[in-house]
Amino acid sequence: MKISEIQQLLDAKVHCGQEHLDQEVSSACGSDMMSDVLAFVKDQAVLLTGLLNLQTVRTAMMMDMKCIVFVRGKVPDANTIELAGQSGIVLMSTENRMYQACGKLYNAGLYTEGSEQ
Amino acid sequence: MEPIKLSFNVDGENFVSAGEASTAVKTTLKKMGFPGDTVRRVAIAMYEAEINMVIHAHGGTVDVEICPDKIVIVLADKGPGIPNIDLAMQEGYSTAPDDVRSLGFGAGMGLPNIKKYSDDLEIETELGVGTTLTITINC
Ligand SMILES: Nc1ncnc2c1ncn2[C@@H]1O[C@H](COP(=O)(O)OP(=O)(O)OP(=O)(O)O)[C@@H](O)[C@H]1O
Ligand SMILES: [Mg+2]
Repeated sequence: MKISEIQQLLDAKVHCGQEHLDQEVSSACGSDMMSDVLAFVKDQAVLLTGLLNLQTVRTAMMMDMKCIVFVRGKVPDANTIELAGQSGIVLMSTENRMYQACGKLYNAGLYTEGSEQ
Repeated sequence: MEPIKLSFNVDGENFVSAGEASTAVKTTLKKMGFPGDTVRRVAIAMYEAEINMVIHAHGGTVDVEICPDKIVIVLADKGPGIPNIDLAMQEGYSTAPDDVRSLGFGAGMGLPNIKKYSDDLEIETELGVGTTLTITINC
């Protein structure tokens, strides 16, 4: 799935990384605990989270993730957007709650692992 | 090749800057052409340890030595020390207060995760004096 499809499915507003929306991603995860993301996530390229601070972007950087979706309409601050922009990570916000947002993407074929059903 | 040495101060009062050292090391390793898997292991292990320094130990220093066959990261703090290392190494054991948890950390997964991603992990700690982690990752 292209990152632009995620944006459309979640009716999300993009904060940075507009130029990367054409990239393909094949898996995603959702968590508010960066500890858990660092410990359990393997190759998921997309992170859905309700956690707004800058360490969300640093965590994504360490894990080579490509896109962060903030749920419940949360909007990151300017520092967070700047860091993500420099690192080539797409940031977007959706009004959907965590469960809805994950459900919509899963339904559309974006699983935890690339091939799982 | 002579080993390349990098040193950083980690500000223990600033949660926002936590992870800057790990980011710099990751960028350097990538530029030097280390395999993606090695770069990611170093980045995750060092980031976990750097965050620990900030949330548990008021910051400290990090010294990184990059050799062609291995990367050694030494993180030294003057924090409270770890009373029981076996307990601290258990998944889910955390003394982090609620305010740390609301920042997305404090699940008790960091040290086990560092162990998982490193080839060798040594922890020297003394109560009231500080903690030094030596993380070795082979390429
Ligand atoms: N540098 C340190 N100085 C003092 N205590 C530490 C240090 N690093 C870890 N600890 C202790 O060991 C415990 C376990 O550390 P670990 O990194 O596994 O979990 P955490 O930091 O509490 O949570 P997480 O890493 O999941 O965010 C900590 O809660 C803390 O009590
Ligand atoms: Mg930790």
